Amino acid sequence: MRVRVIGAGIFGLTAAYELARRGARVDLVEAKAGPGLGCSFLAGGMIAPWCERESAEPIVTQLGLEGLDFWTRQFPVAVQTGSLVVAPARDKPEVERFSRRTSAFEICDGPRIGALEPDLARRFAYGLFFPHEAYVEPRAAMKALALAIAEFPDARVRYGLVESPDDDAGFDWTVDCRGFAARRDLPDLRGVKGEMLILRTRDVKLSRPVRMLHPRHPVYIVPHGPHHFMVGATMIENEEPGRVTARGMMELLGAAYTLHPAFGEAEIVETGADVRPSFPDNLPRLALRPRERRLFINGAYRHGFLLGPALAKRAADIILDDVRQTELLA
Amino acid sequence: MSVAKPDDALRVYGVDLASRLMVGTSMYNSPAILADAVRASGCEIVTVSLRREAGGTRAGQSFWDLVKSLNVRVLPNTAGCRSVQEAVTTAHMAREIFETDWVKLEVIGDDDTLQPDVFGLVEAARILAGEGFRVFPYTTEDLIVGQKLIEAGCEVLMPWGAPIGSGRGLNNPYGLKSMRAHFPGVPLVVDAGLGAPSQAAAAMEMGYDAILLNTAIAKAGDAVAMAHAFKLATQAGREAFLADPMSPRDMAAPSTPVLGRAFT
Repeated sequence: MRVRVIGAGIFGLTAAYELARRGARVDLVEAKAGPGLGCSFLAGGMIAPWCERESAEPIVTQLGLEGLDFWTRQFPVAVQTGSLVVAPARDKPEVERFSRRTSAFEICDGPRIGALEPDLARRFAYGLFFPHEAYVEPRAAMKALALAIAEFPDARVRYGLVESPDDDAGFDWTVDCRGFAARRDLPDLRGVKGEMLILRTRDVKLSRPVRMLHPRHPVYIVPHGPHHFMVGATMIENEEPGRVTARGMMELLGAAYTLHPAFGEAEIVETGADVRPSFPDNLPRLALRPRERRLFINGAYRHGFLLGPALAKRAADIILDDVRQTELLA
Repeated sequence: MSVAKPDDALRVYGVDLASRLMVGTSMYNSPAILADAVRASGCEIVTVSLRREAGGTRAGQSFWDLVKSLNVRVLPNTAGCRSVQEAVTTAHMAREIFETDWVKLEVIGDDDTLQPDVFGLVEAARILAGEGFRVFPYTTEDLIVGQKLIEAGCEVLMPWGAPIGSGRGLNNPYGLKSMRAHFPGVPLVVDAGLGAPSQAAAAMEMGYDAILLNTAIAKAGDAVAMAHAFKLATQAGREAFLADPMSPRDMAAPSTPVLGRAFT
């Protein structure tokens, strides 16, 4: 079985890896110069199936557990130190609300928060600890996946190649993972803008992602390599990629500063903005076009790393075993 | 049965509305849930915040198209605007995008408390009304501010129940009742601060004409069910107001005479 996968973002990479692992002859093509240079490049990389339940459908947690298994066992590049949820004292109702919507956490008082993250000691009196959650460094994880795919004997990975999805060139199947670029083929796909930034400081150490709750601007801060922290991400119903706004940065920096004042002295290493490909219910889809032997995997919204592995498995079930049992099939 | 009179429409700027609930469109978990919630609320007006979604171009078009597809009247709002100029510019943009001269006018005094800047509000209302906009001002329960807004050309007033997003309900029932008494002929809408349907019912029982809210529905565990609950509560409060509720009294009022006691 020869399968062409178009797009080496997180969906394309996880799909190509799963297909190759299960014996398909995979040809992964990407228009950009390397893997993971689209919107996945700006991802937070949190593998947080329980936390995400706060605002996502139950299926996100369900499929996210497969993602957690993938990143911690099958392709173990994740750090599984759990995640921490805190809020300034005046926003304690937000933590209570978060706790009502989620599960598999431990309620933390100030000393417990200090024990988990010594640099946050005496800064927060109330929080939630999700011990089983994990995070990956997205860029390193995607490079590792791309290398792993290229090592399968019948696999080929090519960059800088714009290939028309309509030209099937002798492939049995095409798996289309072009994200927002596939919009013309998926009319109800929309973009949800997100902005992020990366800070560098030696004055703060965090062992795990920390979510700072706020009624209007919830923000997460994820360790991103030595002394680096990724701060994300705004959520705007807007399809304008690339433009980083002062307002977005103020929200993110304000939250980082509230988490720890030492972030005020941190260096801003990078800022970024892009759009998340999203369907109206903010759930991903496997869109099957059987006559064209084409399968779209799209609509990652903000769950690409969390849900990529589970979607890849279902895509491979469809293509290799003709098993079509998934509620995400459209 | 005389409940829910068919002619009990709310007339605002020459438009008759059967539903007395207006719903905001931000903070839902997904546009699909937003659409279901709007349907469940039975509302005929939704507010849309332009400022954030606009970007440098018309990049928010997908979302706006989605809102337009709900087949309800759009009341664009100037949410988050901090100055008169910003609010006026946003209103102009809204008129172009949504092809309506209706605008919910917010001029926010402070990003932390989100209190209306009533001085800027009156000024912006005067400018916009002068340009032909139909202004729905988000204000406090201050009577003199209300008067000045009407002088500026507003035909409806929207006092807060409590600070935006706080879910505290009717913070100042006395002030809201005074406002109702002071502006008997003006459509009054309680806008912002409501958390539970009972609070919407309470405002309607006071004689308020309509309710506008967003967070209480969008951030509920089940937004669609909560939208329906607010629909019922708003309707219940309205019907109760029209039915002329009894006045409270200090003593029990036995429904049958108590033998052997005079006047009880």
